Amino acid sequence: MGLDIRIPIGSLFVTLGLLLGGYGLFSNSAIYQRSLGLDINLWWGGGLLAFGLAMLALAWRAARARGRR
Amino acid sequence: MGVAVHPAPIDWTIMGVYFAFVLGIGAALKRHMRTSSDYFLSGRAIPAWIAGLAFISANLGAQEVIGMAASGAKYGMATSHFYWVGAIPAMVFLGVFMMPFYYGSRARSVPEYLKLRFDEKTRGLNAISFAVMTVFSSGISMYAMALLLNLLLGWHFTTSVLLSALIVLVYIFLGGLTSAIYNEVLQFFLIVFGFAPLVFLGLKDVGGWHGLVAGLHEAAVARGFAPDAWTSTWSVMSSPSSNPMGVEWISIAMGLGFVLSFGYWCTDFLVVQRALAADSMAAARRTPLIAAVPKMFFPFLVILPGMIAIASTMHGGASGLTLPHKEDGALNYDMVIPLMLGHYFPNGMLGLGLTALMASFMTGMAGNVTAFNTVWTYDIYQAYIRHEASDRHYLNMGRIATVVGIGLSIAAAYAANRFNNIMDLLQLLFAFVNAPLFATFLLGMFWKRTSGHGAFFGLLAGTAAAAVHHGLTLPGGSATGIQGGWIAVRHLYASQMAQNFWTAIYAFGACFLVTVVVSLATRPRAEEELKGLVYSLTPRVRADGERWYARPAVLGACVLAGAIVLNIIFR
Repeated sequence: MGLDIRIPIGSLFVTLGLLLGGYGLFSNSAIYQRSLGLDINLWWGGGLLAFGLAMLALAWRAARARGRR
Repeated sequence: MGVAVHPAPIDWTIMGVYFAFVLGIGAALKRHMRTSSDYFLSGRAIPAWIAGLAFISANLGAQEVIGMAASGAKYGMATSHFYWVGAIPAMVFLGVFMMPFYYGSRARSVPEYLKLRFDEKTRGLNAISFAVMTVFSSGISMYAMALLLNLLLGWHFTTSVLLSALIVLVYIFLGGLTSAIYNEVLQFFLIVFGFAPLVFLGLKDVGGWHGLVAGLHEAAVARGFAPDAWTSTWSVMSSPSSNPMGVEWISIAMGLGFVLSFGYWCTDFLVVQRALAADSMAAARRTPLIAAVPKMFFPFLVILPGMIAIASTMHGGASGLTLPHKEDGALNYDMVIPLMLGHYFPNGMLGLGLTALMASFMTGMAGNVTAFNTVWTYDIYQAYIRHEASDRHYLNMGRIATVVGIGLSIAAAYAANRFNNIMDLLQLLFAFVNAPLFATFLLGMFWKRTSGHGAFFGLLAGTAAAAVHHGLTLPGGSATGIQGGWIAVRHLYASQMAQNFWTAIYAFGACFLVTVVVSLATRPRAEEELKGLVYSLTPRVRADGERWYARPAVLGACVLAGAIVLNIIFR
């Protein structure tokens, strides 16, 4: 349907993952009292980044397969 | 109210990024919208997995998320009946048995199927009641969002309503159904990623699964129930007094599991439209089956937070999460999700959680708006106002209907804000209109003798039966009026839920009976006209070309087996 939806999904989650993860790296650890002492921004940001990259990889593979046909 | 949150620049950035993507998707799809079929049906070109996720996401509005979390706190694990009994079987039935007629008939909407199968008046009745209902549902969604944003962020009602309306307007106006579907898929992942850490942190806080169960036992005993009343689904359903829902197993199985569930999942155009957009018959049939897989596990995402919140409130979680009280002293269950967002999420994650919440409100609206513009354009405008016009004309009408639909939703949101009773009354009327629908479809698809007069008068009889049953019964402890008993109080139910389930059962029964009797007394349509519309007159769809594991019957059986296993584990 024109636009492979995995591209916007992948890009959004890569962006969000970098934002969250980056914030988790540099933020004051006092704010993590809320999340029971866990730097949830860093960990979950990493998870979002991995998911976003996986989506982009799938889209890239599909585009390559289409190109070969 | 104590649930206000304090977003930092990082949170606003995350929300901003999301909105930029939403609008960007609409803009990128604009050049693909050339015909009315592109706009209303996504050109029937959506792959099964996307249609499936959109199918489930269209139903996963914020009211669903907030409402199910509230029910989790109020009723505990038994809330999962709305998933494992009240959704999965109907979704499997839709994919395996009904989709061949919806998709195969090339009907562009559910009302149009009724026109093909029965007659003009049955279509008209369904199209008009559905169009009115979607506008109000979208308005209610906007209203609920505005109230919540006011509590959380202190935004004005008007700011929230206009902002959400504008964003939804732009992306649907530009990209039509495809835009709505793409955003629903995006929202599906956002909800999962936004709320899963909430469950993780909440569980950790109350001492893991064992801590949760111990807390819930205490909560149940404190309310005069058996200790397992909040942690089991079936074993407390022997009588209405043994569980906090106030229902017994037969009304769960028949009222919720059969009438209400099949009536919603199999006939509501809001969800069926997603399957009609699929790129082939096989994909259309797989759409609800694929959707059923995440649906099966949603209780752990949306009900568990409620159970955690009540366990922590009653038993004392390590970090002191406590539900606020309403003005009348009762616990404010609707605050489960907003409260937990603010309690557990530091800045950063807070932005993601708020984004997931707003996204689900907006897709709730968008789903209704796309269903409305299609039914308006094809089933009302093309059917009754301008029969013959160019395709471009109908495409433009769809865009106008989008603007008008959103305008009417805004009016509905303000009406809801001003007169709360009007919304209760409307939702009650919709329930009466919807309750009998599944009887009409069941008879129409599987009994070729069913006639148009039978369907029409059956629907009217079913709605009347629902209204009369509601007028004669009352949930114990309620005042007569909007709660029921407005004719005379002949029976008291243990809860409103029990009353709803039985209203649906009576409506279905009346519609079924009257449809059969009137059909037998009137002339059926010629069999040639019913090919592709009725089970016995349609060649079976062969699934030979597909790999065995992708066949609808196999997928459907696996999904059903999964739901049965979950019912047994959490009995």
